[in-house]
Amino acid sequence: MGGFSWVRFLAVLRKEFIHIRRDRASLIMAIAMPIGMLLLFGYAVNTDVDHLSTVVWDQSQTADSRDFITSIRNTQYLDPDEYVQGYHQIEGYLDSGKARVAVIIPPDFGKELQRDNGQGDVQVLVDGSDPTIARAAMSAVQMLGLNKSLEIQGVRLAARGAAAGTNMPLNIETRVWYNPDMKSMVFNIPALIGLILQNVIAMLTSFSIVREKERGTMEQVVVTPIRSLELLMGKLLPFVLIGFVSLTLILATGIFWFGVMPAGSIPLLVFLSTIFLFTILAIGLLISSVAKTQLQAMQMTFILILPSILLSGFIFPRETMPIPLKILGGLFPLTYFLNIVRGIFLKGVGMEYLWQDTLILCAFAIILVGIAAKKFKKNLD
Amino acid sequence: MSLAIDCQGLLKRFGSYTAVQGVSFQLPTGAIMGFVGPNGAGKTTLIRMLCGVLVPTEGQATVLGYDVLTQPEEIKQRIGYMSQKFSLYEDLTVRENLDFYAGVYSLYGKKAQEQKNRVIERIGLGERTAQLVSSLSGGWKQRVALACALLHDPQLLILDEPTAGVDPVSRRIFLDLIHQLAKEGMTVLISTHYMDEAATCDYLGFVFYGRLIAFGSPDDMKKKEAKDNLDDLFIYYVEHEASDDPRNFVRKKGGRG
Repeated sequence: MGGFSWVRFLAVLRKEFIHIRRDRASLIMAIAMPIGMLLLFGYAVNTDVDHLSTVVWDQSQTADSRDFITSIRNTQYLDPDEYVQGYHQIEGYLDSGKARVAVIIPPDFGKELQRDNGQGDVQVLVDGSDPTIARAAMSAVQMLGLNKSLEIQGVRLAARGAAAGTNMPLNIETRVWYNPDMKSMVFNIPALIGLILQNVIAMLTSFSIVREKERGTMEQVVVTPIRSLELLMGKLLPFVLIGFVSLTLILATGIFWFGVMPAGSIPLLVFLSTIFLFTILAIGLLISSVAKTQLQAMQMTFILILPSILLSGFIFPRETMPIPLKILGGLFPLTYFLNIVRGIFLKGVGMEYLWQDTLILCAFAIILVGIAAKKFKKNLD
Repeated sequence: MSLAIDCQGLLKRFGSYTAVQGVSFQLPTGAIMGFVGPNGAGKTTLIRMLCGVLVPTEGQATVLGYDVLTQPEEIKQRIGYMSQKFSLYEDLTVRENLDFYAGVYSLYGKKAQEQKNRVIERIGLGERTAQLVSSLSGGWKQRVALACALLHDPQLLILDEPTAGVDPVSRRIFLDLIHQLAKEGMTVLISTHYMDEAATCDYLGFVFYGRLIAFGSPDDMKKKEAKDNLDDLFIYYVEHEASDDPRNFVRKKGGRG
């Protein structure tokens, strides 16, 4: 009886919008969840280590030791706020977690520094339970020690009258590109666009179809002359729109709240997000073709979400993963989309560098939509 | 006499399980036919094949002159279907449900408006159009479901246990409506557990273990087996058939149940 009918398609579309408007949970999920997740992840997933609480046992009590402690504070990594006497107290601080780092300056520290060719010892104890924190603390004090040593060495050499020898033989200048302050937020916020779109849209899409199965309305709809394409388009289009609303919300919050400005083209970002959105819709559709109840659909979505957070490179770099996990991570469209958003946001690159990821994403979209549509049609028959 | 339904040797297998086997009957236009049989007898499977939703494994059937295998879309456009669960959208109002089904049956504009007003008046939904379906009682939901099934002026109305779980008064009102529709020339196929409903049908079909074991008018059937009422007749058929059924035989021998 002819092909695609706009009347039937619009009837489904209108009904879906009424559903979404009436279903407060979906609305909240579509609007509040992106912002909530963004705030949560934006603040909590923070690998920047600084201002670690530090205890000091200054046995020297000289101008030199006080100067050294000030230098420690100036690194911004350590906050030497607590002063103690004796190892016993230090142990108490580290055990209780009140301090992460302990700095012990021996009594002869000042004397050694003033002595010609003398060497002042400083002991630093680091709580290594969290390797990230320990590494940050260690590199901070080592860097400080090196700089301090060079400074003192320069003064000593100058005192000997070797004015020409104060220049460093080697000067390494480092410049950090793309994220010069090395803030993890700048790295995480763009990636959240992908993660949030994936979670929200996959869940809402699968819910909207499984609900009809669960409540028996699908049984009624299949007896009507509606075509599976009309039903599919009518059911999915609202979620494409919700996807764009979510995307806009995340972008706006990222830019205006967190101040993470995309370096590249926003239209390109929106365009590539649309392709990603289609892969997610297809995943939602696939979940709905397997799940019989909304609870099952929810569980299946979580089975997707957890590995995609861990394996896509959202938090952990994929370069260091063992090969099998790397391959597994390659099965998530999110992995490629993260390369794209981070590329556009941080590096400001365009299609000339993103075409590979875009192609893979397109392949995912075509294959997943194909399978999902076929399964959906079969389920109706 | 034209036939609304004509099926020959309809058979449906799900894997190794045969849900419907060799069902043949002919239903004239304008008649009410009742399917009676225990739960799981295959009534719903049979009905879904006639609606063009399930593809029969064997056999053939024409509904309103269209082949269920090759012309399901034609059939779907011309039948009204209502199932045992009230398959309405609970979070939509009565009018929104009607709007949706009007659209799904390709009705739009003035025509859609006329049809909606017609069924609203016919079923007596006038005061309830703005109400959410979830706030309606079972009897009213059933009437709304019927209204949705009648929007496109179907020639055949298929009702799969429409009165299950509805109070007796609502059931009475509903059945009167169905009979009125039949008087106006609509063919009705209804499956039911209630013998009083079955008694008012022009034709009855007893479905048991996927087979249509008897077909005819209620009076003919009672006369044939010399029973006073349909209850006795039904029990007679079930006992008669059950003793013949190989599955029951095996079960007795194996000492199960």
